[in-house]
Amino acid sequence: MTDIDHKHAANDDAHEHGSEVATKVGHSPVADIPHKPRVTDTDPKAARRAERQVAGMFTLSMIFVIAFVVAYVAIDKGTYVYIPVLGDVGASNVVLGFTFGAAVFLIGAGAIQWAKKLMPDVEVVQQRHDMTSDKSDEEAAAANYERGKEESGFARYKIIRRSLLGAMALFPIPIIVVLRDLWITPPGENPVEILSTTPWEDGVMIIPDVGDQTGLSPETSRGIRPEDLPVGGLVSALPVDIGVIQEEEHNLNARGKAAIILVRMEPSEIRSQQGEGWDYNGIVAFSKICTHVGCPIALYEQRTHHLLCPCHQSTFDLADSGDVVFGPAARRMPQLPIGVNAEGYLVAKAPFAEPVGPSFWERDRT
Amino acid sequence: MTTTVNTNALGDAETTPKDDPLEIAGGATAKYVDQRLGSNRFLGRNLGKVFPDHWSFMLGEIALYSFIVVLLTGTFLTLFYKPSMVEVMYDGAYVPLKGVMMSEAYASTLDISFEVRGGLLIRQMHHWAALIFVAAIAVHMFRVFFTGAFRKPREFNWIVGVTLTALALGAGFTGYSLPDDLLSGTGLQIIRGILQSIPLVGTWAAFLVFGGEFPGTDIISRLYAAHILLIPGIILALITVHLMMVWTQKHTQFPGPGRTNDNVVGYPLLPVYMAKAGGFFFVVFGIIALIGGLVTVNPIWIFGPYTPDQVSAGTQPDWYIGWLDGALRLMPNIETVLFGFTISWNVLVPSVIIPGILFTGLALYPFLEAWATGDKREHNLLDRPRNAPVRTGIGVMAIVFYGILWIGGGNDIVATTFNMSINSISWALRVLLIVGPPIAFIITKRICLGLQRKDRDKLLHGYESGRVLRLPHGEFIEVHQPLNYKELAVIQGKEDIAVLPAPEKADADGVKNKLYPIHNLQHKLSSFFLRDNVDKPSKAEIEAGQAHAAHTAELEAPLHDYEDLDQDPVGHGGVLHHPGMAMTNQEQIDQRH
Repeated sequence: MTDIDHKHAANDDAHEHGSEVATKVGHSPVADIPHKPRVTDTDPKAARRAERQVAGMFTLSMIFVIAFVVAYVAIDKGTYVYIPVLGDVGASNVVLGFTFGAAVFLIGAGAIQWAKKLMPDVEVVQQRHDMTSDKSDEEAAAANYERGKEESGFARYKIIRRSLLGAMALFPIPIIVVLRDLWITPPGENPVEILSTTPWEDGVMIIPDVGDQTGLSPETSRGIRPEDLPVGGLVSALPVDIGVIQEEEHNLNARGKAAIILVRMEPSEIRSQQGEGWDYNGIVAFSKICTHVGCPIALYEQRTHHLLCPCHQSTFDLADSGDVVFGPAARRMPQLPIGVNAEGYLVAKAPFAEPVGPSFWERDRT
Repeated sequence: MTTTVNTNALGDAETTPKDDPLEIAGGATAKYVDQRLGSNRFLGRNLGKVFPDHWSFMLGEIALYSFIVVLLTGTFLTLFYKPSMVEVMYDGAYVPLKGVMMSEAYASTLDISFEVRGGLLIRQMHHWAALIFVAAIAVHMFRVFFTGAFRKPREFNWIVGVTLTALALGAGFTGYSLPDDLLSGTGLQIIRGILQSIPLVGTWAAFLVFGGEFPGTDIISRLYAAHILLIPGIILALITVHLMMVWTQKHTQFPGPGRTNDNVVGYPLLPVYMAKAGGFFFVVFGIIALIGGLVTVNPIWIFGPYTPDQVSAGTQPDWYIGWLDGALRLMPNIETVLFGFTISWNVLVPSVIIPGILFTGLALYPFLEAWATGDKREHNLLDRPRNAPVRTGIGVMAIVFYGILWIGGGNDIVATTFNMSINSISWALRVLLIVGPPIAFIITKRICLGLQRKDRDKLLHGYESGRVLRLPHGEFIEVHQPLNYKELAVIQGKEDIAVLPAPEKADADGVKNKLYPIHNLQHKLSSFFLRDNVDKPSKAEIEAGQAHAAHTAELEAPLHDYEDLDQDPVGHGGVLHHPGMAMTNQEQIDQRH
């Protein structure tokens, strides 16, 4: 007997024993619920139409694939077109996306249409089986487990058992230990020290941060004269040797903590500072790195002297020691004491008195 | 022979398989494979496997299919992307950034967007598919939660699902960071701040993750390894487990005619389900491709390369991270120093503790509910959300909590769009975050109970037809009609569970019940969950009710007879016709003449 015969035999058998209402589809009885035939079930014309629709979608899909290949070759990647709603868009991107999307979508739409209109829409029933295993299986599992325990002597050899548990507990340790060198510590340095130092120290000249990614270009190495800065103005600034440091360290770490902002206000407007005489004629310098989670801040409101972080809206009052006036930041912005050097350029007068940027566990022990 | 009831009008099912050369070849292949793998045992049992149908069961499919699209497009992107933070000078096709120093990662992302044909399309498809992936997971999870599909025997699969959700967020965030643009770099800076807030190990954790101080030069290549290997590998493995469990346990179904807890009613895998589900994959794929081609997402060339001293205002993370950003924004600024050590509650609570509680709570929920209600039965029939008011209330409460955090994540956008003070918005959201969820719980529970009462009424009196009937003796009644078989089965599918009995402090012999406090808690929780439920009427009551409804409907019957006589029946919009009454305006006019 062939497989097919088997199947039929099984079906006939089941049919005889099944209920009269339920008829078989494959192996499962049809659900005993009212069923309304579709138009495609009763009207051969409608069925033909559905057939044409499905085949049409599959054919259209093929055409779109060809269109995709043509567009890939023909459209220059630098061509831009204006499409209403979308604006000026890359022609290649739009056409490739549309043709490919349509080709794929039509396969799916055709398959679903086929299933909905032409494949059987009567629901069938299958029985569920209890997830719990049969008693005999449960017993077999238990018996096998007991046999294993007995044969291995796991219960008897106490010393083996304990030493194995010990070995199993310890063996992952190397996997954790090797992760230690995810950070290769420079000699004599620890995270707390690194987080607490910036390139700023007495006499370091302040240069404007012109947004150049490296700070290496010579024109940025010119300092700032106090008279360059109007009252109400804000300037993002860096230490003069930032370019050199970046070249030495091959990273942007120093820039990430040395960034400051300079703000000029009338000296009379300054209500308090973090240190006596840390301003220079109304020019104050604060860290640019938010004490909340470290976003650089430069949203400044001239009239109120408030500095607002664009990430989480912590607000600091620069006229009042950089204190927090609103938002999730818990610490004031660290202030940098400044003055001018012999050539009349703004310089730092001392390093930051506290670590800049977000808090950390050991911060207050430094 | 089998009866072919399902033949469509074309009679396709009547072609005999033996004459079809394709069938013969197929049979030979099946035999060849079967002799080596025993595959026919599996196929014989499973090709006809029945899957129940409901639109909400597509949500999980969308998640699965968008993940496949993410894998395919992501593989393409790896062929061009360079996970390196080495600084290079850009000299590519995008003119505004020519000569700018940037990381190789950012430069290669620009190349994918501007030099590789179809590169931008694939990049945007990847991003859109990832956004859809997380969204589909979230909505799929809502469906599973609100219908109680997580109940026994499916608790493990719920945990797998919760894990997949967390991994999806991880996959999304790591991918978002890879282009190394100004926006994503700021996101990483925030992650650094969060890591640093963890007590005891935080500082070291941040240094190990970033290979030293932020930003360092390692993070991109490390995120790359996590993004393209570690996380998708685990996701793929867990999806397999997820689907195997669905397969073994068979899909849940909504209550309906012919559906019981012990059967599954739907369409067989071959051909209907395969065509529908397989077709749906192409639909999802196609739609993602269309969106990827037509709608710009994450235009990194506008943001510029990352540098730690710059940021742009009004920038937003991907939607699924918004709630965490909102939590960071709304948290009051509390920081304490204990024994000289700093604990930043303002960062720790919103970014570590709250997500930790939410995900742990999610994972444990099936067990908590089963314990609280004392329900140890298998559930293959889904709950309608109204029939589990407390669960539905808890779910809505969580969604409201999430939603307020999410709005908080865009408080600057809200402020600028509606010209409002950001301080007031933040304060309003802080208050709402505390009072909103309980209010949402109460309202939701009330709505559910109201719907339960409505269902009970329908069972007892049939449904209100909206038609008022004047009886011969002058009484006006509204005609109630018996429910149709479908609605009747759906409403009757509700299961009533009794509140756990109050425990005794000591048994009849005076032996103290040592577990009294625990049993009493369980009793109280079960009462909280179940006491307000509206019990389903008894079978006899339902039958009586439906019969009564059928009776009042019968009163109308003579009128229908009258209408049936008419060749052109007219809808009567709440007014019943009696013999002699004009049917239409035209008839009225005709009668006057």
